[in-house]
Amino acid sequence: MASLETHQLLIDVPGRADGRCLDLRMQPGERWGVLGPNGAGKTTLLHTLAGLRAPRAGEVWLDQRALARWRRRELARRLGVVFQERHDDFPATVMETAMIGRHPYLSPWQRESDAEVALAQAALRRLDLEHLASRLVSTLSGGERQRVSLATVLTQAPGWWLVDEPTNHLDLHHQVATMRLLEEQASAGCGVVMCLHDLNLAARWCSHLLLLYPDGEACWGPAEAMLEPAALEKLYDQPLTLVEADGAPVFVPRV
Amino acid sequence: MNDADFSFRGRAGRMPPLVWLLLAALLSQGLALVLGSVAIPLDALGAVLAGGGESLHRTLVLELRLPRALAAFGTGGLLALAGALMQVLLRNPLADPYVLGLSGGASVAALLAMLAGFGTSLVAGSSFAGALASTLIVFGLAHGTGSWTPTRMLLTGVVMAAGWGALISFLLTVSPVEQLPGMLYWLMGDLAYADSPWPVLGVAAASLLVMLPLGRTLNVLARGGLQAAVLGVNVRRMEWLLYLLASLLTAVAVTTAGSIGFVGLMVPHMLRLKLGNDQRLILPASLLAGGTLLTLADTLARTMVAPQQLPVGVITALLGVPSFLYLLYRSR
Repeated sequence: MASLETHQLLIDVPGRADGRCLDLRMQPGERWGVLGPNGAGKTTLLHTLAGLRAPRAGEVWLDQRALARWRRRELARRLGVVFQERHDDFPATVMETAMIGRHPYLSPWQRESDAEVALAQAALRRLDLEHLASRLVSTLSGGERQRVSLATVLTQAPGWWLVDEPTNHLDLHHQVATMRLLEEQASAGCGVVMCLHDLNLAARWCSHLLLLYPDGEACWGPAEAMLEPAALEKLYDQPLTLVEADGAPVFVPRV
Repeated sequence: MNDADFSFRGRAGRMPPLVWLLLAALLSQGLALVLGSVAIPLDALGAVLAGGGESLHRTLVLELRLPRALAAFGTGGLLALAGALMQVLLRNPLADPYVLGLSGGASVAALLAMLAGFGTSLVAGSSFAGALASTLIVFGLAHGTGSWTPTRMLLTGVVMAAGWGALISFLLTVSPVEQLPGMLYWLMGDLAYADSPWPVLGVAAASLLVMLPLGRTLNVLARGGLQAAVLGVNVRRMEWLLYLLASLLTAVAVTTAGSIGFVGLMVPHMLRLKLGNDQRLILPASLLAGGTLLTLADTLARTMVAPQQLPVGVITALLGVPSFLYLLYRSR
């Protein structure tokens, strides 16, 4: 299975000192959470991992090969990205939007097969969007659009999921459903990297954590080792209280 | 059949709109052949098309009306196709082929050629050169020292267009009075200048063949550069292709008939409201609908105040402005 690695990677956040080089070794089946305050470079890192943005130094390797040596189309079958921002300037239905996930698999004259339509339908069902299939995406709520983006990547069926704020705009039920979906993908052999704002979601659902500090410092490792209240307080510059609920740690900001 | 099946337009659901548009296109060609200073009855038209008929009818249909109707169809199709491509390139459903100042460059060059007393074909050649020069200037400037964004390109084009507009006004002020009507007709768009319909028709068919296999790629590109890149699209290369092709189409259209407004903006936009945004359908539909619209508009322009002819651009604007405002008002 394909590992995702960074070698001496420095992400390019404009106007910031280099900080620490990232040497991540991420394996399929792992669920990596990227934590950090606003502007720490979470999204920049995610885009760099997807090959959408050139790093300041170092390289990203997928399956023992530098991203630059992959063909974009080949990469598109292996890396899926859920963006934080979306462009819905043109009218498109939910179903059409999910179907674009099949683009990397189709040659120019080829049309989507019935099997691919079925794949998109299954993705919509998985994200509770079946009843909205023929609605225009521009008429949906923020949370529904977020689920459409997840359904698109599910239709794309990549080996690696790079997800920017998976729970953005989602209600509590769909937050849990989404994290469960990512967990399910990981246990099916995919790798997951997600940027998160919510410490408690990270504590509950991530197997590994990467903490990004605003000055470019970073540390990473298995989740249980990274969930040190002192380190997290420093990360967010915010005192925290650690409580326990249902046998799991819960971090509450102290005011 | 459930909702999801229904909402995804499969192969079967794709044909009917194009069939309807093709019928409308043929009908508009028929109207353009029949109507005019001398109305030609349908049976006489049939005789002419079958290779017989009276000699007056033959001359009217085969030498005057048919070339002009075909040129109108080709020009309208090119403009609508160019508009659809430009809208995807700029990620803006309200872009039109002239938005980047291309017609301004063409107009200035054409007016200069007219001032110099050149004949029709030199005016056409000059306007083509002007259009391409404007294209290259805008692309070079929008590219600048860094990467370009749709917004930056749009701004560069809009500013260039304003500059060309000022030059056009200047040229009109200093031109001799007897040349003004010809110049104004050219600026408003007029198919009387079209010599042969084959260049426009050929370019329209060829560009459709180039773009059709890229339709799905354009669908993805319309959702933004990053999203497209993640789905395996070579964004930079596609944007170059779109820009150059849309510019070429517009340049050919402008060269044939001057700058005819609203077709390139309105036709793709209206079709998207009706048919959704699958470029594999929208591109051929734009070609057919744009051609039909301009054929009808030109027929009106020839017949409304006959024997006088109106510039066809006036008709498209008069039809276009209210219907477009209505659509905007109705849309969310």
